[in-house]
Amino acid sequence: MTSTQLILVAAGLLAGSGVPGLFADRRARWGEWVAVIATSAAAIAGLLGALLPDAGPSLRMSWGLPWGRFDVAADAVSRVFLLPVFLIPALGTIYGLGYWSQLEHIANGRKLRFFYGLMPAAMAVVILARDGALFLMAWEVMAISAFFLVTTEDDKRETRKAGWVYFVATHVGTLSLFAMFAVLRLATGSFTLAPTDGAVLDPSISRAVFILAVAGFGLKAGLMPLHVWLPAAHANAPSHVSAVLSGVMLKMGIYGLVRITGLLPASPAWWGAMLVAAGAVSAVIGLVFALAQHDLKRLLAYSSIENIGIITVGLGLALLGRSANQPAWAALGLGGVILHVWNHCLFKPLLFFGAGSIQHGAGTRRIERLGGLARRMPRTTGLFLVGSIAICALPPLNGFVSELLIYLGLFRAVGAPGASQLATAAAVAALAFAGGLAAAVFAKLFGMAFLGEPRSDHAIHAHESPATMIGPMTVMAGLCVAIGMFPGITAPLIDRAVAVWWSPIGSQAPSVRGLAPFDWLPFTSLVLLVLSGAGFLALRRALSPAPVQRPGTWDCGYGAPSPRMQYTGSSFGQLLGALFAWATCPRARRPRMGALFPKEARFRSNVPDIVLERAVLPLVRVAADFLRWARLLQQGQIQVYVLYILLTVLVLFISMYAV
Amino acid sequence: MSSAVDAMLVMVLLLNFFVLGSSRIRSIIYTVAGQGVLLGLLPVMVHEGIGLRQAVVSVGAIGLKAVIIPRMLMRAMTDLPIRREIQPLIGFRTSLLLGAVATAASMGLAARLPTLGSAGSQLLVPASLATILTGFIILTTRIKAITQVLGYLILENGVFIFGVLLLEAMPFLVEVGVLLDLFVAIFVMGIIINHISREFSSVSTERLSTLKE
Repeated sequence: MTSTQLILVAAGLLAGSGVPGLFADRRARWGEWVAVIATSAAAIAGLLGALLPDAGPSLRMSWGLPWGRFDVAADAVSRVFLLPVFLIPALGTIYGLGYWSQLEHIANGRKLRFFYGLMPAAMAVVILARDGALFLMAWEVMAISAFFLVTTEDDKRETRKAGWVYFVATHVGTLSLFAMFAVLRLATGSFTLAPTDGAVLDPSISRAVFILAVAGFGLKAGLMPLHVWLPAAHANAPSHVSAVLSGVMLKMGIYGLVRITGLLPASPAWWGAMLVAAGAVSAVIGLVFALAQHDLKRLLAYSSIENIGIITVGLGLALLGRSANQPAWAALGLGGVILHVWNHCLFKPLLFFGAGSIQHGAGTRRIERLGGLARRMPRTTGLFLVGSIAICALPPLNGFVSELLIYLGLFRAVGAPGASQLATAAAVAALAFAGGLAAAVFAKLFGMAFLGEPRSDHAIHAHESPATMIGPMTVMAGLCVAIGMFPGITAPLIDRAVAVWWSPIGSQAPSVRGLAPFDWLPFTSLVLLVLSGAGFLALRRALSPAPVQRPGTWDCGYGAPSPRMQYTGSSFGQLLGALFAWATCPRARRPRMGALFPKEARFRSNVPDIVLERAVLPLVRVAADFLRWARLLQQGQIQVYVLYILLTVLVLFISMYAV
Repeated sequence: MSSAVDAMLVMVLLLNFFVLGSSRIRSIIYTVAGQGVLLGLLPVMVHEGIGLRQAVVSVGAIGLKAVIIPRMLMRAMTDLPIRREIQPLIGFRTSLLLGAVATAASMGLAARLPTLGSAGSQLLVPASLATILTGFIILTTRIKAITQVLGYLILENGVFIFGVLLLEAMPFLVEVGVLLDLFVAIFVMGIIINHISREFSSVSTERLSTLKE
C-alpha cells in the first residue's frame, strides 16, 4: 500500500467515524467511543502515511462526470499540511467525550460527531486533490460540514446568525475559486493542478488567477479584511469545533495559496509585497481587536487572524524570494509558513480546549466574570499558560521558532536592495509590534481568567475538567514544548516541501537548517530557562523577608477589599485600546456622575467587528433591496417550481437541437 | 416485431391523452397502471428473445408500475379524505391541446436528435419525450398531491421508455436507476401526502405555499 492510499483510507475512516453513532440510541454512549476509535485509527494511519518517505505514484481514475477526474497525490507540500488534519480532530474527539458528551447534549451530539469526522476527511481530500473539480467538491463538503458544526446549537439566535454569516462568506469565497479554476482551465485546457510555465500562462492570466486565489483562499483563511465570518463563528461553535476551525480549516486557505502560487510561473514582486502588507495589517489589527474583546473565544478568534497574518507575511516573503530569485528568502519564508501552521495548529486548539475547559468548569466565557481559576482548575491553568507563552512567540516554546524563521528571512530581504525593501522593513516593524501586543493580550486573558479573586459566582464554583479533556491538551502542550526545544526534527519535512514549491524555478533551494540556528536553539532556550528561573528565585528571596503588616485604621479604603476592586479586562486593556480607538471604534455607555453621592451606575462597552458592521452588512442590505424582484420567482407552489424545471429542460433541448 | 412495438407505443401515447382529459382520479390510476403493463412488456418486445435480464426488468417494472404503486395510491384514496375529482389549474380542453402540442413537438425534436441506434422502433424516442412532457403538464397544472404523484409516475414512464433504448448499451445502470428513482419519488410524495393531511387537514399542494417563509 502506498502512502497515498494509506492517507485515503485514513480519510475514509474519518468520514465514517460519526456514521455508526447516527444509528445509536440518543442516550447511548457507544457512538462516541466508535468515533474516538475511528478517528484515532485514522490519525495513526494518516500521520504514518504523511510521514512515510515514499510518496508513491499519484492515483488517477476517471469518473462519470463531464468535468475533471479523480486525481490525488501526496507530495511534500501536501504532507506538511496533512499532519494537523489528522492529529487535531482525533484529539478533539477524545476531548469531546468530556466536553460534549452525548448524555449532556442529547439533541445535537450525534450530528456534531458526524460532521466532526466528515470535515477533516474533506480537508484531506482537498489537500490531496490534483484536479480542480475534485478540489472544489471536497472544498464544498468541507465548507458545508463546517457550517453544520458552527450551527451545532442552532436553537440559539446568535449561533444561527454566526452560521449564516459564515455560510455567505464561504460561498463568496468558493465562487471566487470557481472563477479561478475556470480561468486556469481556459488557459491550460484542463483542470489538472500541475506547474505551468510562462509560455502557457501569460502574465495577465496569472495575475487574474492570483487575485482570485487571494480573494477565495483569503476568505477561508480569515485574512483582514476578509475575516468577517471568523470571530462570531469561532465564538459560537463548541470549543473543540472552534479548535478544528481555527487550527486546521483556516490553514486550508493558506494551503490553497501555497499550492496555487507554487503552480504559477515566476511572480512579479508586487504579489509578495501585497501579501506581506496584508499579513502585517492582519497581524496588528487582529490583535488590536483581540485586546478589546470580552468574550474568551472571540478573543482567541481575533488572535487567529493575527497568526494567519504572520503566516501570510511568511508566504509573501517566499513569493518575494521567488520574484527576486533568492532561494534563501523562499526557504525561510515558506519554512516559517509551514512551521507556524503546525505551531498554530498546536497552541490555538490548546487554547480553545482550555477555553472550553473554562466554559465547562465555570459555565461562562465572559472574561469579566472569571478570575481566580488558578486555584480551582490548576491543570487547565498550567496548560493554558503553556499555550499563551507559545502563542506570544516567547522562547523556549514553538511559536518563537517559526516567527524567528520569518524574521530572519525578512532581515535578509530588508538588507537586499530592491522594491521589496520597504514592504519587508514595514513588516518587521509590524511583526515586532504585534509580538508586543500579543503579550499584552494574553497577559490580560491569563491574568483576568486565572489570577486574582473570582469575579462572579460562576468563577467561585468552577471545577476542574475530567481527564478526557485534560489529556488531549497535555499532548498538544507537550508537542509545543518539543518543537520549541528541538526544532531540528522538523527541518527535513520543511526542506522537502520547500523544494517542491521551489522546483518550477529550477535552482536548488537551500536547507532551512543551514539558514536558521536550529541546532543551538535548544541550548539558548535552556540557558534562558535557567536564567529566568534563577531570576525568579532571586526575586522571591529578595521579597520574602519583608514583614507582613496588618492594615490599621488608615487603609485608604482598602480595609475590606472585594473582587470588584480588581482590574477588569477592559481596564487592563484601556491604554492600548484607547491608542487604537480609531481602528476599533468601541461603543461605550458611560454613566454620568454629577452629584456628591452618586447613585449606582453601570459602565458597559463592546467592540463590534467594524468591517462586518460598517461595510459588509450595509452592502448586503443594499444587495438584498436590489434583488427583491428575484423573490417573484419564489411562489411557494410546487406546480410553479416544476414548471421552472420544465422550461429549463425545454430551453436546453431546443437550444441544443432545434436551432 | 416492430409493428407490435409501434402499436404498444401508440397505445402509451393514447393513454397519455386519456390521463390529460380525464377528471376522475381512480380512472387515471387505472390508466397509469395499464401504461405500466405496456411498458413492462416493452423490453421483451424490443429486444427479441427473452433473456434473464429482460425478464427481470419486465417483471420488476410491471410489479412496481402496474401493481404495487397503483395499489398504494388506491389505498391513499380510501384512507385519506380525497375527493374523487381532479382540480386542474387549467381546463381539460387546454390540457389536451397542450398534450397534442407536446406530442407533435416531441416528434419534431426526435427527428433532429442524433440517432441512438433505433432498436425496435422509430417511435421510441418521440414516445418517450411525449410521455415525459405529459408528466410535466400533469405536474404543473394539477393541484392535488395525489395527482402530483401520478404526474411523477408518468414522467418516470417516459424515462423508462428511453431506458429501453439503452437497455443493451448500459442495461443494469439504467434500469436500477429508473426504478430506484421512481421509488424515491413515491416515497417522497407519500410523505408529503401524509404530512399535508396531518398538518393542514387537506390534501392540496396549494396549502404548501404557506410554508413559503
